[in-house]
Amino acid sequence: MNDHQQTLFEFMQQQADKLAVQTLQHIGLTFISLFIAVLIGLPLGILIARKKQLSGSVLGVAGILQTIPSIALLGFMIPLLGIGAKPAIVALLLYALLPIIRNTYTGITGVDASVKEAATAMGMNNWQILFKVELPLAMPVILAGIRTATVINVGVATLASYIAAGGLGEFIFGGISLNNTNMILAGAIPAALLAIIFDFLLSRTQRLNFKKIKAGTYAMPVILVALSSLYFIPNAYGSKLTAGFTPEFMGRQDGNLGLESKYHLKIHTIVISDAVMYKAAYEKQLDVISGYSTDGRLKAYGLVVLDDDKGIFPPYYAAPIIREDALRKFPELEKTLNLLSGKINDSVMTDLNYRTDYLHQSPERVAKDFLVNHQLWKPAHSESNAGVVRVGSKIFGEQYILANMYSMLIKGYTNYDVSTKTGLGGTKICFDALTNDQIDFYPEYTGTGLLAILQASPKIINEVTQNKDSTYNYVQQEFKNKYQIKWLKPIGFNNAYALMMREQQAKNLNIKTISNLKRYLNSK
Amino acid sequence: MIKVDNVSKQFNKVKAVDAISFEVQEQESLILLGTSGCGKTTTLKMINRLIEPTSGNIFINGKNVTSQQPEALRREIGYVLQNNGLFPHYTVAENIAIVPQLLKWDKKKTEKRTLELMEKLHLSADYLNAYPNELSGGQQQRIGLARALVSDPPVLLMDEPFGALDNVTRANIHKEFKALDELTRKTIIMVTHDVQEAFELGDRICLMDKGKIVQSGTPANLLFNPTNEFVESFLKDQRLHLEFKAIKITDIWDILPNHQQPSKTATLTAETDLWSALESFRYANTETISISKSKTEIKTIDFEQLMSAFNRYKNKQA
Repeated sequence: MNDHQQTLFEFMQQQADKLAVQTLQHIGLTFISLFIAVLIGLPLGILIARKKQLSGSVLGVAGILQTIPSIALLGFMIPLLGIGAKPAIVALLLYALLPIIRNTYTGITGVDASVKEAATAMGMNNWQILFKVELPLAMPVILAGIRTATVINVGVATLASYIAAGGLGEFIFGGISLNNTNMILAGAIPAALLAIIFDFLLSRTQRLNFKKIKAGTYAMPVILVALSSLYFIPNAYGSKLTAGFTPEFMGRQDGNLGLESKYHLKIHTIVISDAVMYKAAYEKQLDVISGYSTDGRLKAYGLVVLDDDKGIFPPYYAAPIIREDALRKFPELEKTLNLLSGKINDSVMTDLNYRTDYLHQSPERVAKDFLVNHQLWKPAHSESNAGVVRVGSKIFGEQYILANMYSMLIKGYTNYDVSTKTGLGGTKICFDALTNDQIDFYPEYTGTGLLAILQASPKIINEVTQNKDSTYNYVQQEFKNKYQIKWLKPIGFNNAYALMMREQQAKNLNIKTISNLKRYLNSK
Repeated sequence: MIKVDNVSKQFNKVKAVDAISFEVQEQESLILLGTSGCGKTTTLKMINRLIEPTSGNIFINGKNVTSQQPEALRREIGYVLQNNGLFPHYTVAENIAIVPQLLKWDKKKTEKRTLELMEKLHLSADYLNAYPNELSGGQQQRIGLARALVSDPPVLLMDEPFGALDNVTRANIHKEFKALDELTRKTIIMVTHDVQEAFELGDRICLMDKGKIVQSGTPANLLFNPTNEFVESFLKDQRLHLEFKAIKITDIWDILPNHQQPSKTATLTAETDLWSALESFRYANTETISISKSKTEIKTIDFEQLMSAFNRYKNKQA
């Protein structure tokens, strides 16, 4: 979009506010969970050092927790604790438990038996032995465990942004979605630095002599609490409604940036993964979310799309795009693919998506049901010897359904055979496969063509996104000139970005458009 | 003072201590002697309840130890360990002050007592702020002893206290140990496997084997009236040395020639053992030594006279 390639430093400068907030959140998350993990792990470690028959099972359970993949553990937490800080902290503390319990146990059992015997023989009771002898002597080992746990937590905390707990993961995963290296590095470098710094500081405390460790033992809880509280600083402000946006939406001009510049919408926003966003809105943990206007979960969770009255979301009309030489090779193809044009509007597509996403019907069945209902379905030709058409699709439900429909249509109406290459990672992969003659066509969206593939300048975007036809015409022309790729007729639905709310809430607050939302937020 | 009555200890199926009984008089030093695994350490640890007996009773001053709270009991009993068991994270001063702290002494009192003990144990006060790992093995063992003595407990239990020291250091500490006034007032039970140490430091010795007491008595008693072959063979290796250690001048007083050199003052008392008497010939570099049994009874003897008296005494014992 920009002529000038932004450097990492410029990016970090520009996003300094966000970077600071995310770093504070990251440190906060790490240390809240660490603090609680110490509160739980230390007594547990002491307990199993006293009652050794328990050590096997306690260390076993903590070990198993450690082996659960972090993303999965975060996933498990959502049904139990919802989204946000709570599940992230619980997940992080579960990871931190093992090193703390294990090192406490090892440290205490490793204390010289003759020292313990001397303590007993001099008339110390169990508590005195614990606090005056065992814990101080085990402290270097326990600190090593806390150090390990800290470094693990700094790393795992990057994943917390998946469930809207913030932290540097917001930049990292936003950057991955947006293919923005600067953004990834702006999150990854501070995260790595945090790990290195904390590791270094804790390694220093391990080398302190016994006198200083004594002082350190008192300072430790204070430091932990202080660092933990950092998490709450960025959350101190609030607004009437809470929005949950995907990392990708956060960084896009036709996303949060546009909301801010064109609508001047200021709303308390948390970053959340697409996978849990809809559910969180349904469960009233979020009020406004960024989604796709044809997503099946819209229907499943009773959400309603807010009208984009200032037109910041460019149209994303879907249409198959096909290489011109493929059209020449398969003369029947254009006619066949256009059978679907105009047949699927937004609500139909939403319904189809609902069936796959929510009712878990196979894309194949959904595709066939649809074609049968619209009298488009024909059994496959017995002879299919006029060549193989290669159909591509991106890696989400809607594209699977479309790819299935197209392959059924081709088999039914022509004597070409079909091979499908579904689940291609993203726009870039799909488009590269198309231009490199790995596939013959796939369904693409006008907005994606305009912004992601053509990377049109802001001026052109402004001009051509006023209505759907001008966008379509522009990308059609440009693709033909640049890539010799033809946009066939639009299928009918517009899978654009959209802001959505719970239907009930939107009705109660009388919010129909984004401008309504803005007005509501500004009213006292 | 201490009475061990028919005490047994069983670990799983192994009988570590098998129905033993003995008594220790006030201010007496009793040595539990035996090879490793004979049950001597287990016996010792049952007295301050580091190990609870399976059966039998132990009394200190007539009070059954099991009737007392173990922590309170232990604070009244000094304990010295083989590997000194000093707290590595405490300075020397802090190590010595452990029991006073438990007994809630005020700081001044603890400080004064600590300095007193350091002096008695020939340790420089400069070490007070040092950590145990900065001291030599002998110094550490002395600190261990100071820690056990600081609250002046009437009873002292010692578990191979000099076992980890080299021979030279051990010999020096033995000497200091015997000379220490703090210890003469105490009832001491000490565990060792070192026969020489037992003879040197013990008023009485309990020789143990396989959880039982084989023989108990004075060193001379064990040496000259062994109850069985085990006792005899246990002492065989260093027999001559032990005999010199076990026999005191008083034992052979009557056999010694009755001669007094008027000009000479007595250098030794009759309580001295023969070994020390023989050594004094060399150190004093004289032909004769004078020994006093009481103010009036003083004998002056030379080396040959002493040796012949020793031989006659031995022949009489056999």
